[in-house]
Amino acid sequence: MPPIITVQNLRKTYGPTVAVDDISFEVAEGEIFGLLGPNGAGKTTTVECLQALRQPDSGEIRVLGLDPRRQARELRKLIGSQLQESALPDRIRVWEALDLFASVTPRALDWRMLLEQWGLAAKRRSSFSSLSGGQRQRLFIALALVNNPKVVFLDEMTTGLDPAARRVAWDLIRAIRDNGTTVVLVTHFMDEAEKLCDRVAVVDKGKIIAADAPQGLIVQHAGEVRVIFTTDVADIAWLEAVPRVDRVERKGLMVEVRGSGPVIAYVAAALVGHGIIPGDLRVEQPTLEDVFLKLTGHSAGD
Amino acid sequence: MRTLLKLTWVEIKLFVREPITMVFTFALPIIFLFVMGGVFGNTPDPSVYRGVGAIDYYVPAYFGLVICAIGVVALPVHLTGYRERGVLRRLRASSISIWALLGSQLLVSFIIAVLGSILVTVLAIAVYGVDLAQSPGLLALAFVIATLSFSAVGFLLGAVLPSTRAAQGIGLILFFVMLILGGAGPPPEVLTGAMQIIGDITPLRWVILVLQDPWLGFGWAGQASLIVVGILLAATALSARFFRWE
Repeated sequence: MPPIITVQNLRKTYGPTVAVDDISFEVAEGEIFGLLGPNGAGKTTTVECLQALRQPDSGEIRVLGLDPRRQARELRKLIGSQLQESALPDRIRVWEALDLFASVTPRALDWRMLLEQWGLAAKRRSSFSSLSGGQRQRLFIALALVNNPKVVFLDEMTTGLDPAARRVAWDLIRAIRDNGTTVVLVTHFMDEAEKLCDRVAVVDKGKIIAADAPQGLIVQHAGEVRVIFTTDVADIAWLEAVPRVDRVERKGLMVEVRGSGPVIAYVAAALVGHGIIPGDLRVEQPTLEDVFLKLTGHSAGD
Repeated sequence: MRTLLKLTWVEIKLFVREPITMVFTFALPIIFLFVMGGVFGNTPDPSVYRGVGAIDYYVPAYFGLVICAIGVVALPVHLTGYRERGVLRRLRASSISIWALLGSQLLVSFIIAVLGSILVTVLAIAVYGVDLAQSPGLLALAFVIATLSFSAVGFLLGAVLPSTRAAQGIGLILFFVMLILGGAGPPPEVLTGAMQIIGDITPLRWVILVLQDPWLGFGWAGQASLIVVGILLAATALSARFFRWE
């Protein structure tokens, strides 16, 4: 299947500041593609170029076969946008905004259904200024979807949502993907990228430094698994010889075994074989956060 | 087209929900009508008010004031606010074109101007028993060019002023200078020297003449209408040059 979005050697500067240095990637139809990176990495500029909201300095972009530089109007009708730093008039009501944004295309969805899905039905007649941060965010996502887009761009969509609302949002985004809409997600939340995205591109300082499925990135770049338990058995040196174990560290009663792949299974079997049955045996899998640290040398919050 | 009509309807509702602009477009012209009418009555005096009664003079002048309030108070604040807060960005991303946006603002300006003027007329008839327009066709034409011209001034202010605060401050100064010196306050005949010159360079001065002539049966204000159309063309060209989405 040909990609629905291709970006080749995208570059965008603002005066002396290089926002996007050299970015290339492809997004396949029907996937949730994440751009993950710290603030200022160039993620938002990249997706704004894709949405024909900014003119790149150089590089080739195709979204749904269209060139955002020359075919902005056709493109905007086919995509949905949830932007950072945008707003609605204070006194517009929720239903009025949805009804207005639905009017741009005959393919639009029934906005009453979107109000239900995004938990805004009770706020239908409320003015924009009276909504909480989370309600505004959900309204912006609903507005991005109301024209029934083929590709939807969501820029930091769960910022301002409480943990429960984030989980609901993730489920809804998966449902959108399952209905055939391609989702491009910009986020600096590692857990969001890991749980939601089919593929993730890690962006740092205007470049993509790695791109793969979240699990693929973890296995490739941060494969180390830690198995932790406590025991009062003094001699545990034999653990070093267990398959997949790289290193064993002892801190008082706590033992930390570092290894790779299915090391937990081998360690557990060996412990039982030696008559040690720890009540607190647990495994710590690496996360995208570890991948990010390893690849960039700094954490996403920096 | 559907988007233009929807946007226009939403914008009318937004206009009506905004208390400040409602005060300037609807309440203030009516307050002035009653103050001026109460003080000066409607007995013609050849030396002032173009030789007609004060109330006959002020009714079309306050049509102009309604249009002026839309152009220099409501529109600039609205447009700078939209840009400042990212509403323009939001509209653009959802393929709501600049033409739909400007078209809707023009339609709203026109509808509000008509409603405000009807309100002034109805109250003037009810309270003072004034006569209606002598040349309704010419008045309608005058009304259209006056509204287009002040809307263009509003777009220009909205395009060049950097913030909503600037638009509020500058818009209110322009409004009150025009109100007092442009022919909607004291009769232009009593203004002296510098006041008269300032009055003559305000767009409201010429808009009022364009509206008054057909209302009072003086025919068509040729020179004034050329100035009003000139302002319209210049402001349109400049706002097209300076308009920014963000």
